Amino acid sequence: MKTYKQLFSELSELKRSALIPFFVVGDPDFDTSLDIVKTSIDAGADVLELGIPFSDPIADGPTIQKADIRARNSGMNMTEAMEFIRKVKDYKDIPIGLLMYYNLVYQYGTEKFFSDCYQAGVNSVLVADLSIDDADEITSPAAKAGLDTVFMVTPNTDTDRMKLIASKTTGFIYTVSLLGVTGSREKLSDTVEELVGELKKLTNVPVCVGFGISKPEHAATVASAGADGVIIGSKIVGLIESNLDNKEKMLTEISTFISDVKSAIENQGN
Amino acid sequence: MTPGLRRGHERQERLQSMKYKGRFGDYGGFYVPEVLMPVLEELEEAFYRFYEDEGFVSELAKLSKEYAGRPSPLYYAKRFSEHVGFKVYLKREDLLHGGAHKVNNTLGQGLLAKYMGKTKLIAETGAGQHGLATAMIGALFGMETKIFMGVVDIERQSVNVHKMKLCGAEVVPIEGGTGTLKDAINDALRYWTAHVTDTFYLFGSACGPHPYPTIVKHFQSCIGKEARRQCLEEIGKLPDMVVACVGGGSNAIGIFAGFVDDKDVRLIGVEAGGRSLSSGKHAATLVAGKVGVLHGAKSYLLQDKEGQVHETESVSAGLDYPAVGPEHCLLKDTGRAEYVAAEDDAVLDAFELLSKTEGILPALESSHALAYLCSRKGKLDPETIAVINLSGRGDKDVSIVEERRPLKID
Repeated sequence: MKTYKQLFSELSELKRSALIPFFVVGDPDFDTSLDIVKTSIDAGADVLELGIPFSDPIADGPTIQKADIRARNSGMNMTEAMEFIRKVKDYKDIPIGLLMYYNLVYQYGTEKFFSDCYQAGVNSVLVADLSIDDADEITSPAAKAGLDTVFMVTPNTDTDRMKLIASKTTGFIYTVSLLGVTGSREKLSDTVEELVGELKKLTNVPVCVGFGISKPEHAATVASAGADGVIIGSKIVGLIESNLDNKEKMLTEISTFISDVKSAIENQGN
Repeated sequence: MTPGLRRGHERQERLQSMKYKGRFGDYGGFYVPEVLMPVLEELEEAFYRFYEDEGFVSELAKLSKEYAGRPSPLYYAKRFSEHVGFKVYLKREDLLHGGAHKVNNTLGQGLLAKYMGKTKLIAETGAGQHGLATAMIGALFGMETKIFMGVVDIERQSVNVHKMKLCGAEVVPIEGGTGTLKDAINDALRYWTAHVTDTFYLFGSACGPHPYPTIVKHFQSCIGKEARRQCLEEIGKLPDMVVACVGGGSNAIGIFAGFVDDKDVRLIGVEAGGRSLSSGKHAATLVAGKVGVLHGAKSYLLQDKEGQVHETESVSAGLDYPAVGPEHCLLKDTGRAEYVAAEDDAVLDAFELLSKTEGILPALESSHALAYLCSRKGKLDPETIAVINLSGRGDKDVSIVEERRPLKID
């Protein structure tokens, strides 16, 4: 199984940032969702962030909330999600990070959850509503199962806390570009370059940036600021939402967008 | 040690102590995204700095008396008592300004916001009582106020919506999910995430992430302290039982706080049995839920086996919530408090009974506690003394009652 370590060191040789699209597993349904993920891999995704749909996603804006509802309505659950991940891994050995909420982990049974995730081919699990302070509830079962850890840093995280977070992170730091929830934005947050710069000075752990990155030029700016990866969620999920009645067009638009972002990142030559 | 490192060290110690203070057994905690951690820390630090501060305490006491109308009376409901066959005393929180116990908490937290230098308030609301109590305090302190409220609740509590607007608050309709309290909290948390620097989230119930359960209990515990003193002064002894309705659990934890050390006083929390427990259409979290994590805290939770949170149903918007305050979970597990459920029909009966026997219209939330007393009719010693927290008045619910129980014109 390809690890984050292998991937980020390969990309670092190439002086290139990772392109990390986010999808909600099963949005709008299992088969379409799988086709979307395969399309994005073909278009140049380096890592996948996959969201497990939840009834109360407090860190997500309207676009992802609606995707969660579509996925749940189509019958997505944890068993199906594991099957989905296995199918993605059969298609290509690409690192996969899950992004989800704690209650789903807790009800599944923490130890069993992480070990089943690892078996299915997951590299890391980021629990959105579990900060570093309560992370001991998951860090040791995750490590025992063989998973890497991914934690968030936000614009209001102070330097000491950044150091602490970096020390507990083995996968990558998920850097939130702005104060707020997920969602596409017209403009890139003007503090993101500074935030990436500060993190890169503090740690050798890869730094990836997400929330509000919606255009190829946003991705290019983040990459040139030194980010090891660029995470794009709501913008792509929005392309699913606006093409629900035309799957072919949906796949084409997603493929084109991801290719455009990919070239924008590559032209930065990080 | 350099100053920076020392600060970091102190901060870690504070976080460790936060972790300890925020737990009720294994319940509670602060299960929130990273972005909210610094604000919860700031809030906790401010709360412990001010809650015993002389200036803060005296300002709050003055406002509680002159603005909110404390102390609230303890009233012997003679005709209602005759009906159920034992002695029932009402702690009249319904007489407070705003018509509910909610003002105790909004005054306390609003004052805290002021002391912290915050200029904007946000709050979630179900029945609209907490929203109204927050809007009042926003007007009182001249703070810009936004109230998040589900569209279903806006429709069934339109009078309170109007009152909030009259007090100058903006009411933000929430369409997501079930359009009730749970979804209003989701969106208030999302909004707070993006406006942490100048906005104070005035949380309405004794649940949510630490330090809210502790803060809300602190500001509501005046109910229990007063009630205990009034029992001793006016009845000459402590009651046999103290009964309160439980949604998130703020009025219950407030009155329980006065009696929790009196081991002979039974504490009974009454949850919303909705249509019926067996139908699954209810909000009886402690009675029928299973431990999980929602809105920043570990508590009993109504959910499916995968952990997706259930939609709840209750005739009272204020109890329509799938989680519950963490301290109630501990009180249940230790057996110090008992939790039961009252179904909608029994609640409406109790609403009508108190109105007819005493001329007091109780809130549908508080009517759950009354319904429990009605269910004990003829089963208790006539000398039994029950104190119930009449947490709010029922004016806001008249149209719902009218719809469910049309009055016959003779």
